[in-house]
Amino acid sequence: MSTLVEEAIRANLAPEGKLTAKDFQSDQDVRWCPGCGDYSILAQTQRIMPDLGIPRHTMVFVSGIGCSSRFPYYMNMYGIHGIHGRATAIASGLKMARPDLSVWVVTGDGDGLSIGGNHLIHLLRRNLDIKVLLFNNQIYGLTKGQYSPTSETGKITKSTPYGSIDYPFNPASLALGSSATFVARTMDRDPKHMQTVLKRAAGHQGTSFVEIYQNCNVFNDGAFFPFTEKDSKEDNVVFLEHGKPLIFGKEKDKGIRLNGFTPEVVSLKDGKYSADDLLVHNEHDTTLSFILADMTYKPNLPRPIGIFLALTRPCYEREMQHQIQAAKEKRGDGDMKKLLNSGETWVIN
Amino acid sequence: MSAKTTQKLDEVTIRFAGDSGDGMQLTGTQFTNTTALLGNDLSTLPDYPAEIRAPQGTLFGVSGFQIHFGSREIHTPGDQCDVLVAMNAAALKVNLGSLVDGGAIIANTEGFNDKNLKLAGYTANPLKDRSLGKYQVYEVDISKLTALALQDMNLSSKIVDRSKNFFALGMMYWMYDRPVDSTLEWIQKKFANKPEIMEANTRVLKAGWNYGETTEIFTVRYLVGPAKLAPGKYRNITGNEATAWGLMAAARKANLDLFLGSYPITPASDILHELSIYKHFGVKTFQAEDEIAGVTSALGASFGGALGVTTTSGPGIALKTEALGLATMVELPLVVCNIQRGGPSTGLPTKTEQADLLQALYGRNGEAPIPVLAASTPADCFETVFEACRIAIKFMTPVIFLSDGYLGNGSEPWLIPDYDKMPDISPTFRTNPEGFLPYLRDEVTLSRPWAIPGTAGLEHRIGGLEKQHLTGNVSYDPQNHEMMIKLRADKVERIANDIPLAQVDGDAEGALIVAGWGSTYGAIRSAVSRIRDTGKKVSHVHLRYLNPLPKNLGEILYKFKNVLVPEINMGQLSKLLRAKYLVPTISLNKVQGLPFKAMEIENKIEEILKGSS
Ligand code: SF4
Repeated sequence: MSTLVEEAIRANLAPEGKLTAKDFQSDQDVRWCPGCGDYSILAQTQRIMPDLGIPRHTMVFVSGIGCSSRFPYYMNMYGIHGIHGRATAIASGLKMARPDLSVWVVTGDGDGLSIGGNHLIHLLRRNLDIKVLLFNNQIYGLTKGQYSPTSETGKITKSTPYGSIDYPFNPASLALGSSATFVARTMDRDPKHMQTVLKRAAGHQGTSFVEIYQNCNVFNDGAFFPFTEKDSKEDNVVFLEHGKPLIFGKEKDKGIRLNGFTPEVVSLKDGKYSADDLLVHNEHDTTLSFILADMTYKPNLPRPIGIFLALTRPCYEREMQHQIQAAKEKRGDGDMKKLLNSGETWVIN
Repeated sequence: MSAKTTQKLDEVTIRFAGDSGDGMQLTGTQFTNTTALLGNDLSTLPDYPAEIRAPQGTLFGVSGFQIHFGSREIHTPGDQCDVLVAMNAAALKVNLGSLVDGGAIIANTEGFNDKNLKLAGYTANPLKDRSLGKYQVYEVDISKLTALALQDMNLSSKIVDRSKNFFALGMMYWMYDRPVDSTLEWIQKKFANKPEIMEANTRVLKAGWNYGETTEIFTVRYLVGPAKLAPGKYRNITGNEATAWGLMAAARKANLDLFLGSYPITPASDILHELSIYKHFGVKTFQAEDEIAGVTSALGASFGGALGVTTTSGPGIALKTEALGLATMVELPLVVCNIQRGGPSTGLPTKTEQADLLQALYGRNGEAPIPVLAASTPADCFETVFEACRIAIKFMTPVIFLSDGYLGNGSEPWLIPDYDKMPDISPTFRTNPEGFLPYLRDEVTLSRPWAIPGTAGLEHRIGGLEKQHLTGNVSYDPQNHEMMIKLRADKVERIANDIPLAQVDGDAEGALIVAGWGSTYGAIRSAVSRIRDTGKKVSHVHLRYLNPLPKNLGEILYKFKNVLVPEINMGQLSKLLRAKYLVPTISLNKVQGLPFKAMEIENKIEEILKGSS
């Protein structure tokens, strides 16, 4: 960090005291459609902020374009509302320049997986310490209802009156395939779960990728209701918990067992299988994470929700810092005047 | 030993040409460094194919390097060469057109065997059929002589073949009376870990020199004395090196960290390579996944309080366009270097062109004025890019720096600047929360405050949606939008108060002024001075600042009957001058992927002067 930056960030330091969620709300009117899932995500994010122990003025939210990308305007901290798809790239530059900052990206299924897909996968493999929240509503909201890269095949929208012929991305698998070190999925209508996942994401050192199922009640209402609503949720969702067997169902009477590499649903009622036969989740197991994420669109399997993978791997910006440090130790702090006069020179009198 | 005579010359142009695998660029660079150390003024032009290893012996695989040096001022790599070193038949065929009548050809006879002749499309050997009658042809079996020099070393034929360029270099050193020492030193350093290759190249270089000394075929040796350059310490530098160093110097003088986000592209990649070396200067280089990530990461770094820079060429600028609009809107410093090449589309990646001027000035959606500066010589890249950084920081704006393949790869002796005397260009980061508004502008420059994340009490949001005056909040108000557009334009216009006035070289009024920008400087300068040598009058104004233009430019142009604008494009500056000053410019355009020859401009000047007398 340059001395000018150091001076600036030392200038107004004063103890912040204990903050509340309210301190993280900006003075801007929130302008999402009434009933939009984004409200819950904003509320949960603001709620966990005081517990993270990160000074508010060192946090930055970066976004691209889309409904979700209005997010930074509503957070009372530094923020950039960028251009479509590029939030991850803007955030990467910011984090490299300023590893001291806590950098968050808010993106959507269109912004992050379509126009910004390239930057997302490269961020994930580089593993900068950036928190990526991808609001997945399986539709383009801001442009008024075209299908998105996560919309199901056959989806009828304004741009696909005969049904979409695209096969959808599974964001968790895409993230794992990009060598992400933290991959999770949560839902707008499960505030408690979301808070837990967001806190874990915040604490992870490296890129955290959190897919959040988000209801767009205007253009894709109910897309996730089978997983989010009380009456259907228990039978359609399996919550991943580290070290625990995969059990689900209203009566907690079903489980996931591995048959070879293939997960299958077994009943715990008929005495044939017990919890001991079930797949036990391990957040540190890369191979397992692929199998779990792959359950996503399988019709006979419950939807996996939770943390698929949490690994440690060196962060890009730290490695960059180390190289600079090592070069300085080896060659001494660079001297511009010396450099200009180095190599083959000659004097004319 | 044969009798040798010596002859004094004021200037010489030599072109080394061979297969792209023959090491012609290296040979040329070595000759250049040695020549620079002798105190000659010089200018170079590397000319290589887009293919990395084009098929051997073919016309499109020919790689060339031209050096023009002398005891007088040298401004261009030379219109035509006096000496052509042709390592094979294809090299001769491609380059013969640039050899002066009566010029010398030094031909590697092995490169004219049946296979090579066929590949080059010759039905008969030009060395034998008298078709080269108007030239002095020296046939040297370089391949065989190289093999002889190495015969006791048991080297693979590949290694032997690879060292033959040092034989040619040795011969040319002898012919132009240059010592082999600095190249020997270079060989020792470069091949320290490959003693066999070190030995082979050393022997072959010396063998080439001795061949010149002992053989009967060369009877004259040429002496080119040192040039009368301004006193001081010099080094040789290419445009891309000068750009990299200029950026580093600017970051140091601004007390900021330098952050480069860049994606490899010809002919700009060397800036990325160069900056990647200087980790101990704290330079952060990021090879991004694409051009867009290159510029957006740089903008992110600028938001964090670094000097954000991105380097590219035309096609890359096309991809960065949207981000330049964002940078204009969020009003953060950002320096964008465009090392122009032949376009459109992929165009001519390794050839030069100046056709991105209007793209730099206008190539964005909406009203998005961006300051544009252009370097005029390889060494001038240093000062011009430094100036681009100064403006970006002071006026909180993206700035486009234009160079091109000709400047980037070309080199010239450079009077090393006194670093201590370069100005401090540090920004003042806003820290006082009292009265802070993200878009409250400085009264003089109209720039907004640079408040970086991490500063308590200044938390704010910026973005690409239209900003409300002062607060920076999102605003769709029609009046506000128009006001903000005018404010952003006014800010860029005010830079004109902060830059030097344009200088006329020559009389302040008359029949003709040549108005140029960028890399045409050398050719214009040479043409103008040759015309003056004949007793005629012509003036020259060369623009570093293309947006805003210097305040006195209109006044200057109005004083001349004719305004000639030579450009390596179809008339872009010309359009601009016509639109802005309503002067009937005369365009001289060339778009062949090659720089102007001084002769071409000279002829045009003659023609205009004749018509107006
Ligand atoms: S369009 Fe959909 S996603 Fe966008 S704000 Fe409205 S409800 Fe939310």
